[in-house]
Amino acid sequence: MTATVDAPRGATPPAPRHPPAGRSPKRRVKGALTPWLMLTPGILLFAVFMAAPIFYTLLLSFQKEQVKGLGLGGDSRTREFAGLENYVATFSDPEFLASVARVLLYGLILVPTMLGLALLFALLLDARRTGAKGFSRVSIFLPYAVPAVISSLLWGFLYLPAVSPFYWIFEQLGWDDVPSLLSPGLVVFAIANIGLWGGVGFNMIVMYTSLKAVPSDIYEAARIDGASEVQIAWRIKVPIIMPALIMTALFSMIATLQVFAEPTTLRPLTNSLSTSWSPLMFVYRDAFTRDDIYSAAATSIIIALATFAISFLFLRVVQRRAFGQED
Amino acid sequence: MRSTIRMGAVAAIAAAALIMTGCSADGASEGTADDPIELTYWAWAPNLDKVVDLWNEEHPEIQVTVNKQDGGDPAITKLLTAIKAGSGAPDLIQAEYQKIPTLVASDALADIAESVGDDVAGQFPEGVWQSVTLGSDAVYAVPQDTGPMMFFYRADLFEQYGLTVPTTWDEYAETARALHAADPTKYLGTFSANDAGWFAGLSQQAKAEWWSIDGDSWGVGIDEEPTQKVAEYWGGLVAEGAIDNKPMYTPEWNAALNDGSQAGWLGAVWGPGVLSGNAADTAGLWEAATLPTWDGDVSNGNWGGSSTAVTSQSKNVDAATEFATWLNTDPEAVAALVEQTGIYPAATDAAASILTEAPEFFSNQPDFYDVAAEAAQAVAPFTYGPNVNVAFSAYNDEFAKAAEAKSVDAFLAAVTAMQKTTIDDLKAGGFSVSE
Repeated sequence: MTATVDAPRGATPPAPRHPPAGRSPKRRVKGALTPWLMLTPGILLFAVFMAAPIFYTLLLSFQKEQVKGLGLGGDSRTREFAGLENYVATFSDPEFLASVARVLLYGLILVPTMLGLALLFALLLDARRTGAKGFSRVSIFLPYAVPAVISSLLWGFLYLPAVSPFYWIFEQLGWDDVPSLLSPGLVVFAIANIGLWGGVGFNMIVMYTSLKAVPSDIYEAARIDGASEVQIAWRIKVPIIMPALIMTALFSMIATLQVFAEPTTLRPLTNSLSTSWSPLMFVYRDAFTRDDIYSAAATSIIIALATFAISFLFLRVVQRRAFGQED
Repeated sequence: MRSTIRMGAVAAIAAAALIMTGCSADGASEGTADDPIELTYWAWAPNLDKVVDLWNEEHPEIQVTVNKQDGGDPAITKLLTAIKAGSGAPDLIQAEYQKIPTLVASDALADIAESVGDDVAGQFPEGVWQSVTLGSDAVYAVPQDTGPMMFFYRADLFEQYGLTVPTTWDEYAETARALHAADPTKYLGTFSANDAGWFAGLSQQAKAEWWSIDGDSWGVGIDEEPTQKVAEYWGGLVAEGAIDNKPMYTPEWNAALNDGSQAGWLGAVWGPGVLSGNAADTAGLWEAATLPTWDGDVSNGNWGGSSTAVTSQSKNVDAATEFATWLNTDPEAVAALVEQTGIYPAATDAAASILTEAPEFFSNQPDFYDVAAEAAQAVAPFTYGPNVNVAFSAYNDEFAKAAEAKSVDAFLAAVTAMQKTTIDDLKAGGFSVSE
């Protein structure tokens, strides 16, 4: 199966990652060069677009720029070795830690809800008696095709009481005190809702595709044994598509850590979102608002390492169930 | 199973870093006597190329090409990138006043003191000229437009509720209370945590000195009496609910301008463009006045405005300066600027002779530009520092919290936090800071 699994609608465009080379069949190939030749495009692309930028980011993260006096005029700026200064600064910045905490809360709200709904929809679509499957599938998937910035703008309008049709309805119903989702305590739900809206369809498709690959004689056997549809779904379908569930969970977690477009787009609409609301916004602020590419590089490295650590930890915990069949 | 994992954080920053070192097109010109000197000009003012066409027709020996930019911030980010890369910068750039110290600190601008004529300085208000010299002997840009702040109000609503136009901030507060009491859905204004330039203008009016040059050191004076006074005033109004606390420039704000929920706006001379764009249905209902004063002390602040600067990578500084001077002082050029780009020119006399007819949106107020000229004359001097971006982003974050907290203490704490962030950043960068 060749499916490109992508995290739902995170901040930045995905960077290509190559299939693990070590997994290729251990066939003996005549001429030691041939495999290398075939790998060259991959290695070259990896080196130019992954390894080199990462290495350069690493290099930048250990540097800083220093000026002298007023800093006006030509030669007052020098680039210096900074050691771990940038890393220490990031870790000791309460704003950074707060942004991590906010994103964790966001993930706790978003990931279970999104995957739960995606699984529910996938199972419903897979059930025998469901009608209008094609239409339902497309309409659930469609929000994924809307870019995060556009969907955030759309939702932004719906959240603002003065222009939102929802609040107009609330008013007609006489509910005066419906709080705005953009108020400080609720804004995390506002952002999670946008992620949910965009992400459910994609994850649903991944799970549904997985379900379709299950041979139907298993279900027939279960039915003959007297299992109900609910029992089939819960006892047979869910365990069988566990690898897909774990994959979607992993990618959703990574996307969570990288949330950027939604809060950045909503920020001008409200007092509730700071310029460092999420870790990536923190990086963006350092790099482009404060013109401090060095601190931004250090924070990027920290986020990348944390992402790897969380991913590997998660995979380790669930590995056997996830990839047991493939190894 | 083949998979694509998002590694956006690293990739995006790393790519940005790569661009900084790698992306550079050779845009500098040779400028021989045979061929015309070719200048490139990064600017974002709409229709500026039409004004430049006038120059190109008259000056076959110096041809200027406008390269349209997305806006003030992206253009500066691009320029700083080109400066770090060592090439790729244009000859000329449209630079907002608050960006000039940052650009000078990055050695991005040429000192044009020797190329610019002696008579140029006198054509601009002193406060404006100071922002292109930073109070030194150098000249880093030719002023183009300014944004003296003004008070816009719905004359029809004022009449309906029997309100008079406030001339002092005390009266403004009274008026705000009276309006909100008469109709709780209506506000005389809003405190916008999104617009640092707006708050800087209000502080400038109160004679704040957010930055100052003290010998070989920078002084930072945000958390001092003038700005504290402004913050306390607005914190008080927000706390008692007399004015709104939502940001400007949101769909909600636009709707409020349209339906009269926002019956006033502390804007700047470019306000008619914003109002006609966001609240087209209210044409003819607004009137403009000078900003309320602190106890009758005539003073004003700027919100916005930009200049034409020559970059340090230009190989034709003289030609570029000649063009920049023409663009911003020649009567024909300034008239074209006003007509095509809708700016309020910084050149005093030119502004007075060209801007005689009120903007269409304010056709009910024939003396609109007399009020504007009065506002422009009163602008207090103000020095921007080399880390305006840091202070402004601190403003966004701190005052957003304060506006939600709705208390005077929170507003004052926000000023203190702004001061601290700004000083810490200067020190971390190695700047000498006097305290």
